[in-house]
Amino acid sequence: MAAEKIVQSMAEIDAADGAVRCSGAWTVRGIARLEQRLPAFPWPAGNDLVIDCSAISSFDTSGAWVLHRTVRLLERQGRNVQTRGLRPEFGALLQLVAARATTSRPAAAAAPGVLAGIGHWAWHGMHGLFDMLAFVGESAVALLRSVLQPHRIRWRPILRNLQTAGFEALPITGLLSFLMGIVIAYQGADQLQRFGANIFIADLVGLSMLRELAPLLTAIIVAGRSGSAYAAQIGTMKVTEEIDALRTIGIGTQELLVLPKMIALIIALPLLTVYCDVTGLLGGMLMARSKLDVSFDVFINRLGDAISLSSFLTGVAKAPVFAAIIALVGCFQGLQVSGSADSVGRQTTVSVVQSIFLVIVADALFSVVFNWLKI
Amino acid sequence: MSFVEVSGFAKSYGGNTVFEDINFVLARGEFVTLLGPSGCGKSTLLRCLAGLVSLDAGQFRVEGEDITYAVPQKRGIGMVFQSYALFPNMTVSQNIAFGLKMQKLAAKVVASKVAEAIELVELGGKERAYPAALSGGQRQRVALARSLVVEPRILLLDEPLSALDARIRRSLRQQILDIQRRLDLTTIFVTHDQEEALTLSDRIFVMDRGRIVQQGSAETVYTRPANEAVARFMGNYNLLGPQESRLLLGLDIDGHLAIRPEVIRLFAADDVTPGLIPATVMHSQLLGNVVRYQVEAKGVALQIDCLNRRAADLLSDGNRVMLHIAPEDLQEIAP
Repeated sequence: MAAEKIVQSMAEIDAADGAVRCSGAWTVRGIARLEQRLPAFPWPAGNDLVIDCSAISSFDTSGAWVLHRTVRLLERQGRNVQTRGLRPEFGALLQLVAARATTSRPAAAAAPGVLAGIGHWAWHGMHGLFDMLAFVGESAVALLRSVLQPHRIRWRPILRNLQTAGFEALPITGLLSFLMGIVIAYQGADQLQRFGANIFIADLVGLSMLRELAPLLTAIIVAGRSGSAYAAQIGTMKVTEEIDALRTIGIGTQELLVLPKMIALIIALPLLTVYCDVTGLLGGMLMARSKLDVSFDVFINRLGDAISLSSFLTGVAKAPVFAAIIALVGCFQGLQVSGSADSVGRQTTVSVVQSIFLVIVADALFSVVFNWLKI
Repeated sequence: MSFVEVSGFAKSYGGNTVFEDINFVLARGEFVTLLGPSGCGKSTLLRCLAGLVSLDAGQFRVEGEDITYAVPQKRGIGMVFQSYALFPNMTVSQNIAFGLKMQKLAAKVVASKVAEAIELVELGGKERAYPAALSGGQRQRVALARSLVVEPRILLLDEPLSALDARIRRSLRQQILDIQRRLDLTTIFVTHDQEEALTLSDRIFVMDRGRIVQQGSAETVYTRPANEAVARFMGNYNLLGPQESRLLLGLDIDGHLAIRPEVIRLFAADDVTPGLIPATVMHSQLLGNVVRYQVEAKGVALQIDCLNRRAADLLSDGNRVMLHIAPEDLQEIAP
């Protein structure tokens, strides 16, 4: 049957009696041989040229591209070319290819210079900072509203967050601060032994742990553990459109997702810090006894003289600030997730890096302020 | 005063315009569908109406109240998503009740409203099931109940049936329509499926490249497409350019002629009735109750849809036939 023959044939182009006729399958499978023949094809003479496409049996993007390119080439030679008989669906594809085809290859964009790179970086950084500030402002307003209307506070998620971010973090934070106490005492023991100042190991371990290391170490562990979890949880909810669904049924994300996490962490981190103070001192005591023969009694007695209440409180006072930083950065980065699941991983990493960086910056600022206040 | 007024909506990302110059008004209880191909901006427009995406320009009023800059939770607009967006750690009842509980309503009121919503979407017996244990259609009904239970002023449906199989899609489509009619709820439905749009809508807004190119009743949009884009999208129209119109029908026109595939009638090849056009069947496609033929007549390719009545009537590739196209079925449309 004639129709079957056309369907099965390869792409063809023939010229006869001043007209050009295309036939067969103008598809990626059948077009290669035709494309090789086209440069040497004997186009009929004359300005007006009609290409009859009514016998094209199938047509895909490759066929459309070859036809479009051929017509453009002929037009550039000054000819008036008309295609006719193309099926409507093939015509639509040809139009689509024509619309997308560029007349000439655009010049490659010059690689951005160093200055442009710095500009881009600064611009994005500034936008990120403004977004973060807006988020902190919204959170502060939501917190204030909750304080003024305590019935709005959602205690159940706060307690659940207290358990996951606080209670369940006890083993890892305790172990690490215990080891930190051992390391400090071990490093200090050699130096103190040289001067016969063994007893001052309590000053060294006590001051460094209570004022600096316990709050900082705890905050870093919690940032890696809970801050990342906040970003991942909120980010996943963003990807699955749960956040959007919450907002459309009248629930604000601050009240439901951010505040319970922030309040729980503000309660949990100071408690964890005190716990780490204790385990750190225990580690120091153990090492003092084994390396410097400083007994537990002597160590504790010296600790009472060396550490003032203000030293203890300055360490604990930093913890709520660190907690707010970790919770806000984690939640903010979770809400920055957009599109697909890989964005969740990216923003989670960013949340950990940013929160640890900001905690250390805040710690440095605390040191300056406490020094200035002579605390 | 119209119930919903949208004027001058525009949104772009960077230099890319998503949509612009969007204007429409809706009456209370109207069911409107935003129909268009993927990427035409319809879902973004819906998210702007919900307040989930900010607008670059425009004004949005509901019952005379300007809510252009209101946060989503203060708009009184419910939304159902294609991905269901159910809370996986909550049961069906808890999912539906969550919005009410957050409003601090009394437990009795919450329970009664949840029971009503469950009955409305016919999910009785599934109250304690978790979303993971439900089928796609059931999950979407939970999502619908969750958005309806807070009594929104407007309901937005973002391709809610796209992820479902054909049979469930048809039954849920009817259920959505029944609920919408019962609650007299103003509804905006987004889809790229012409059949859904035609069966559900009081009015259809056809979108193309970020603009509403036609709005009207289902019948008007289907039978009187405003331009080539609508014709292509709405019903596999045969679109004839000036040359093709001259070749096939002997008509001299400047624009395009649109002919619906189901209005072209086929006759036997030996029929000598005046006005018939000889043609050859190039290809046929069985679509169930309809057979779609690609034919060639006078060098012009046409698509024809016929009812699949009897197997003996089916034409084969290469068969010769005669065509009849009634003059009243020819529509001149803008490019």
